[in-house]
Amino acid sequence: MAKKILFIEDESALQKTFGDFLGKEGFELISALDGETGLKLAEKEAPDLILLDLILPKMEGVEVLKKLRENPKTKDIPVIVLTNVEDFEKLEKTLELGIKAYLVKTDFTLEEVLQKIKGELKE
Amino acid sequence: MLFKECKKYHLPLYWCPSFIFFILGLIIIFSILASYFIANKIISNPLIVALICIFLACFLLILSYFVTKTFEALAESNRIKSEFISIASHQLRTPISNLKFTLEILMSGKKGKIEPEQVEYFRILKENTIRLKELTADLLLVSKIESGEFKLQKEKFDIRELTENLVRNFIPFAKAHNVEIKCYFEENLPKIFGDKEKIKQVIETLLDNAIKYSKKGKSLVEIKICKKPKEIYFEIKDEGIGIPQKDQKHVFEKFFRASNVSKGDIAGTGLGLFIAKSIVERSGGKINLKSEEGKGTTISFTLPVS
Repeated sequence: MAKKILFIEDESALQKTFGDFLGKEGFELISALDGETGLKLAEKEAPDLILLDLILPKMEGVEVLKKLRENPKTKDIPVIVLTNVEDFEKLEKTLELGIKAYLVKTDFTLEEVLQKIKGELKE
Repeated sequence: MLFKECKKYHLPLYWCPSFIFFILGLIIIFSILASYFIANKIISNPLIVALICIFLACFLLILSYFVTKTFEALAESNRIKSEFISIASHQLRTPISNLKFTLEILMSGKKGKIEPEQVEYFRILKENTIRLKELTADLLLVSKIESGEFKLQKEKFDIRELTENLVRNFIPFAKAHNVEIKCYFEENLPKIFGDKEKIKQVIETLLDNAIKYSKKGKSLVEIKICKKPKEIYFEIKDEGIGIPQKDQKHVFEKFFRASNVSKGDIAGTGLGLFIAKSIVERSGGKINLKSEEGKGTTISFTLPVS
């Protein structure tokens, strides 16, 4: 069965590129365009992995991450942060909340993001 | 907090306007008292002297208050500028990363084959996306340097290994410019205790400049690393176009580009050397430049050893 990835990201252009790219690699991508929807979908769809942006409408990424960890249904889902924010404090805070990786969008290629996802799902 | 500017602008206490103002006030009060007692001994009516003193002191205090206010307004405008750069470059990164990912998909050929005559145009697109990305990264770094948020990590590392790896990455770029890179490393160099990534960026900038500004035809870039008491000395020498004498004292200023390149077609932002200098100096080292127009440039820097 195809692994499910929840992509919480407000940029529809990125939703499209990632949807296309990860779809070709045999993943099922569920998209959420804001924090609240992301949180709801995480509980309803039980994805195998969450790709999370930090600057989001309705609820900020760090807040989403906190809520995910508080909910017993979602607390064990691996989360990879994919963002444009290069901020040491945010990095520390999200690491404390147990993320698997912090990827800065401008510094990573799709291929590298894919490798990270594959690496996480194998474990 | 009384000296809140110190925190806001990351200034030491003695640079803080309200602290200077406070000291000034103390000095004035003390001088009034002193002049009153001195006048008391010499003149029959010391009260007039004291009144004149008080009047002068009030005038001085008001004046100095406005002077400090002006400086504060200046500092504030500088801070707003840095903040603006920081926000702008964060915002810019979103479309840049969208561009980058989209290009990656298109260039991978997964969305249809690219025609041979399109390849060059895709290459230009990609190159310019990378340039945009680097420019915003540099702008962000500059705003961090200016707002005092810039922090260096500390770790032990081998500068020779770092340089050798970098030189290896630069070989294709050097070949394209018909430049040969020669390295001279002293044996048993001690380890450096500093921010490896940032020092890497410094060497990258210097190497990039040395190759980019080489003259047409075959030319040579020499890198030398040796040890000096308590520090490491790094030198990079090129046979490039050089920097005109009148521009040399400005090359480490931000957005400055020498007059012989600013009109030319060599891409650059004028931020590289400003960032390099900031990194070297904050790491406890010094950076130096020697250049002769038409002959070449030598840039050297030192770094403290662990």
